[in-house]
Amino acid sequence: MSTSSSPVETSAPVAAHLAVDGLGLWFGGLKALTDVSFEVKPGTITALIGPNGAGKTSLFNCISGFYRPRAGSIRLDGVDITRTHPPERAKAGLARTFQNIALFKGMTVLDNIKLGRHAHMKTNLLQALTYWGAARAEEMELRAEVERQIIDFLEIDHIRNKPVASLSYGLQKRVELARALAMRPRLLMLDEPVAGMNREETEDMARFILDVKEEWGISILMVEHDMAMVMDISDHVVVLNFGKVIAQGLPAEVQGNPEVAAAYLGSGDPAELMRRLSGVGEAA
Amino acid sequence: MRIATAKETYIADEGLLVTATQRAWMGVLLAMLVLAPFMLNQYWLYLACLVAINVASATGLNILTGYTGLVSLGQAAFMAVGAYTVAFFEGQVGTPFLLNILAAGLVSALVGVLVGIPSLRVKGLYLAIATIAASVILHFVFTHWVSVTGGVRGINVAPARFFGLELASPFALYFVIVPITCLMVLGAANLFRTRIGRAFIAIRDRDISAEVLGIPLLRYKLMSFALSSFYAGVAGGMWAYFFRVVTPESFPFATSIFFLAAVIVGGLGTIIGSVLGAAFMTLVPELLKYVVDWLAPIFPNAGAALSPVRTIVFGALIILFLVFEPHGLAEMVRRARRFFHLWPFRT
Repeated sequence: MSTSSSPVETSAPVAAHLAVDGLGLWFGGLKALTDVSFEVKPGTITALIGPNGAGKTSLFNCISGFYRPRAGSIRLDGVDITRTHPPERAKAGLARTFQNIALFKGMTVLDNIKLGRHAHMKTNLLQALTYWGAARAEEMELRAEVERQIIDFLEIDHIRNKPVASLSYGLQKRVELARALAMRPRLLMLDEPVAGMNREETEDMARFILDVKEEWGISILMVEHDMAMVMDISDHVVVLNFGKVIAQGLPAEVQGNPEVAAAYLGSGDPAELMRRLSGVGEAA
Repeated sequence: MRIATAKETYIADEGLLVTATQRAWMGVLLAMLVLAPFMLNQYWLYLACLVAINVASATGLNILTGYTGLVSLGQAAFMAVGAYTVAFFEGQVGTPFLLNILAAGLVSALVGVLVGIPSLRVKGLYLAIATIAASVILHFVFTHWVSVTGGVRGINVAPARFFGLELASPFALYFVIVPITCLMVLGAANLFRTRIGRAFIAIRDRDISAEVLGIPLLRYKLMSFALSSFYAGVAGGMWAYFFRVVTPESFPFATSIFFLAAVIVGGLGTIIGSVLGAAFMTLVPELLKYVVDWLAPIFPNAGAALSPVRTIVFGALIILFLVFEPHGLAEMVRRARRFFHLWPFRT
């Protein structure tokens, strides 16, 4: 299929700066998050790690707008988005994937990806019913862009017309990444992008995440349990335990932190932690 | 066997009819629709108009229930709103035919938006109950707002007039009802090639991730309600011109169930399913009547004995569909297409 060239590259998204400050969230007496502060610098990969139940997903849900934090603020490029609704955050440039894949099963890969662009499109109901002029032009422009920027990029051209439900787990995760990229995000949030994948799929996904950072230049925040991958590709690591940030810094700094070792192992031996972490990827 | 459907442009690839075979079939269908009024007798033309009216309404319900996932048992009430609007405008305002039909759709859409407001909070069966409640309220309005609706006696509707021609017979009405329905079905097919249609499906499949993608749920659910009841309103308006009298009992609650059954039998979330489902539900009872007539010479008192059986057979057919073809007639069509694509090879 031919792709006409258009000056899309010029409208490439600019990486966003995310600042989370003193975030607190509790459900009744249960404290999910206490005084969580960290930032995602523009164009970097920040990983959020911690044992099960540490509050990683709660924090993700606060940032994407599903939970209302009880205290603190979330700012995107200095603009306070703490009280905005998810659709507004999508427009502001926030995109996320879900831990347990949240694709639309009945639709094809192409339609799923196109849905990512929804908030950027203008077709109204009357135009949609007639499919004349502007509506058709907009759909065609979208198709060309999706093909060139996303489908080629993520190497999913062979499955573009397949229903999502028929795809393997690894491919579904990739389609979800594709849909998030179609949103033209400035901050991409990935919830366990390689959970449940085999080694080859994990390596592919890690490569795609690095490519997104390099070629799209956007900021990435990810939750991940695969320590080998986290340590490999992250620029900054934030460790949560019992809803609090217990350490943050470069991957190597975090690995050597006795408190992190204690959170994961119950004992404070960093050497033991390093040994265990390097094996986690294969065990999972 | 179909060898390939390679396309050179995205426009061709995203067309409604992508293969030559599809275009040929569509041509045959359109030719049949044009020729039908000259070949069918009064009785079959009457049925054809009724099918077209029901197709329009079923398409609307399929947008709401099949594509957006909001179960509604209020389709008959929305049709009634359309029918009363036409009766009111035709009798008391005297506006032209097409304008009245349009007004029927718009008034009904407005009512649909009001009825749809609870849909942000309630889903599934609970929403179905809320739409039943709305139907009951509307029925109350129809019987008691005598100055507009004529109360329990209803309103007689004058025949539609179109460029000075009086459209009183099924033959004449066929030429307006069928094109309007065709346009509405085409509109629905177009809708699901655009962002709005995709948003509807997204809300049905997983509303939380739809929200993350920047789809405001309430606005789109209300839009779906409005569109669905617009279709019902136009269908009801055509119904009013067709039967020429509207009473509170013209659209009983069972009619809502009839339409829900039609979209389920036809195929939820498919355009062709709305068409086939409405045709099936309208025509099968009539065809069963013929079967009873044929059996009459063999079983002496067939008319008396078999008439009740006819209703049971119709019900059983619907149940058989739900059990053996839960995706409806649309799935049978899809399977047939697949068979011919791959023929002579088997899958």
